[in-house]
Amino acid sequence: MPSARKTSSGPRSGLIFGDLWEFDPAPETADPKLKARYDLFIGGRFVRPRSGRTFDSINPANEAKLAEIALAGPADVDAAYRSAADAFKAWAALPGRERGKYLYRIARLLQDRAREFAVAETLDGGKPIRESRDFDVPMAAAHFFYHAGWADKLEYVAPGRIARPLGVVGQVIPWNFPLLMLAWKLAPALAMGNCVVLKPAETTSITALKFAEILQDAELPAGVVNFVTGAGETGAAVMGHPSAAKVAFTGSTEVGKAIMRQLAGTDRKMTMELGGKAANIVFDDAPIDQAVEGIVNGIFFNQGHVCCAGSRLLVHEPVAGQVISKLRNRIRVLRVGDPLDKNTDLGAINSREQLGRIRRLVASGVREGALMYQPPCRLPERGYYFPPTLFTRVTQSHRIAREEIFGPVLSILTFRTVDEAIEKANNTPYGLSAGVWTDKGSRILRMSTELKAGVVWANTFNKFDPSSPFGGYRESGFGREGGRQGLLDYAHLA
Amino acid sequence: MPQTPHTAHARLLDEVGSVDQVGVEERVAKFATRSIKKASKVWGLRTAVSMTDLTTLEGKDTPGKIESLCRKALRPHDDPDIPTVAAVCVYPSMVRHAKAHVGGSGVKVASVATAFPSGQTHYRTRLSEVRGAVADGADEVDMVINRGAFLSGEYSRVQDEIAGVVEACGPAALKVILEVSELETFDNIRMASFLAMGVLRPGDFIKTSTGKTALNATLANNQVMIEAIRDFFLDTGIAIGMKPAGGIKTAKQALQFLIAVKETLGDAWLTRRRYRFGASSLLNDLLRQIEKEKTGAYQAPYYFSDAAESY
Repeated sequence: MPSARKTSSGPRSGLIFGDLWEFDPAPETADPKLKARYDLFIGGRFVRPRSGRTFDSINPANEAKLAEIALAGPADVDAAYRSAADAFKAWAALPGRERGKYLYRIARLLQDRAREFAVAETLDGGKPIRESRDFDVPMAAAHFFYHAGWADKLEYVAPGRIARPLGVVGQVIPWNFPLLMLAWKLAPALAMGNCVVLKPAETTSITALKFAEILQDAELPAGVVNFVTGAGETGAAVMGHPSAAKVAFTGSTEVGKAIMRQLAGTDRKMTMELGGKAANIVFDDAPIDQAVEGIVNGIFFNQGHVCCAGSRLLVHEPVAGQVISKLRNRIRVLRVGDPLDKNTDLGAINSREQLGRIRRLVASGVREGALMYQPPCRLPERGYYFPPTLFTRVTQSHRIAREEIFGPVLSILTFRTVDEAIEKANNTPYGLSAGVWTDKGSRILRMSTELKAGVVWANTFNKFDPSSPFGGYRESGFGREGGRQGLLDYAHLA
Repeated sequence: MPQTPHTAHARLLDEVGSVDQVGVEERVAKFATRSIKKASKVWGLRTAVSMTDLTTLEGKDTPGKIESLCRKALRPHDDPDIPTVAAVCVYPSMVRHAKAHVGGSGVKVASVATAFPSGQTHYRTRLSEVRGAVADGADEVDMVINRGAFLSGEYSRVQDEIAGVVEACGPAALKVILEVSELETFDNIRMASFLAMGVLRPGDFIKTSTGKTALNATLANNQVMIEAIRDFFLDTGIAIGMKPAGGIKTAKQALQFLIAVKETLGDAWLTRRRYRFGASSLLNDLLRQIEKEKTGAYQAPYYFSDAAESY
């Protein structure tokens, strides 16, 4: 009779993933149309920073300088808030369908320039062009389309109540999905009638400033959206500004906590989308090859720079050996290298600093006795790269099972019973996402109620849609982005 | 436990594991995003030519049509540098005609048999058809499985029949056609793959389809089958080959199938000893693309000899 699954004896002849058929370089060649210098975007115009200071944006794939970015000081942030406040009254008073027209126009303009934006996003952040082309840019456009559809239907967003805009909203976004996080933040705020001061992450400001060109082309009224660029101090000024009616932050739990301390005692509304250490749980009845693919999508998507990454694999003991050996074979064919090459699966780590953090945590895993596997792969000589990494023999007490690594590093733990899986999955201060792999529908339903996570994926991972709310439990934050719930976080209900 | 069709199904599925349709389709979509350029493209195209089982399976086939197919198989294009195809694939009555043209050339003669495409005749008749094809000189036999028996849960019968055909093949290699469109689900395709591999010899093949139904080879059902081959190989050390057939008409599709092989089974399967394309019109598109890589321009269709098409 056939044999595959439950027997593991037999000859151990391996598969050969060699160089018989090497792929030639296949670089994406669209012109990203970068400027040598980017100013702040305040009041509908690009303006020199009053601080007089600039900083460099680096291409993490080769450490070359891409552009000079203006550094916003407190006076610049102040100017941005003033221009947003000036624009608010007229913007909020526009009929929803008129605001919707602007959002539709923005979405279409972004689609028109999709290739250019995909290349810019990849150059600035290091993510593979396949992802920026097939995920980041189309998804960003989809968020504007979705919220454009809401703009003239706001009377239905909270039946029986009246939803009004809050005023000027301060937003700070991270470097892992620069354009997409901008879309997640801007689209609902604008649909509801708010004005915005937004700060992109200092390593990835370029697509936000290119996006400002789209706002100009769409003839969005001046001051409705303002971009101030800079590092932590600029972010603190945006979050702490007294005229912000609400602040929305996506980033690390550490910085989120600092913002919450800063704003404690004020009446400022807040939403926080913070870190995660998601459990991806594979039961013995799961479709194993597809689970392996889901594990790969869960942890190696965007080099693991994903707050909802499935960074802890919990695998049922009867299939642990099988899952791990399939996973090892699978990651041998992941292609690590030049992010602009269309065949690259894992691009560059976003910054030297982040690469250092990944290396430190990986070293701690080795030191604490976990077993590391990295497939043989040639990394480029210049730039920030890290190979896909698996750790087995990881326990709940290892640092690599507790701390967010935010890199292509998977910690593999095992479990024996459903209760143990739930207990281990919830044994973390985070609670952003989780994945469950099983053929049993009733088990999926049980897990989805017992896992303390904002999103629970069943037999898939890292799936997003503008209509589906996204957000965390516990130290992964609060508030939701996307869907009706996301809109309500930008509304005052009367 | 009594061996009813239901328990047989549950046991077999439990033994080989299930397949999630959405996940398979997501996996193969990634193969289609690979971008193959320049020298790597030429390598892929030439390899695909060498893996082609150039096929004609029609009621109106004649010795004359077979001769023209065989000439095309031996010399696919005016450029003598192009490799020959792997085999010509014909009905049993045409085997001796094909053998007369390609015998000794390295191009194999493959014969469909076992009451292709439906398989709906007596088992003894199917076996004698296989023996007849081999006696006429077939190097390879493409059989169909008993889908009726499979779908009613008679797995032992399906497997025993395949084992009988293996025996009837003697020295000829066997390709077992699952007819995926009639099995319908990926679970069934995986189960049938394992049933066949359990009695095959190293160097035999499993094959998607007859080309006579609406749905033939797709990247997804190819993937389910090559993952089964991989798992079976890692478990037993026995290397079974794969042949997607029907529906692969363009060079671009063929390259995507080869990428799936490269990333799932690895380099050892990138050879016609272990991977074939059952196709006819594919060949000229491969040649057209090879010429395009060489000259930078697409040639008109009449620059390529038209001997394999269905007129």
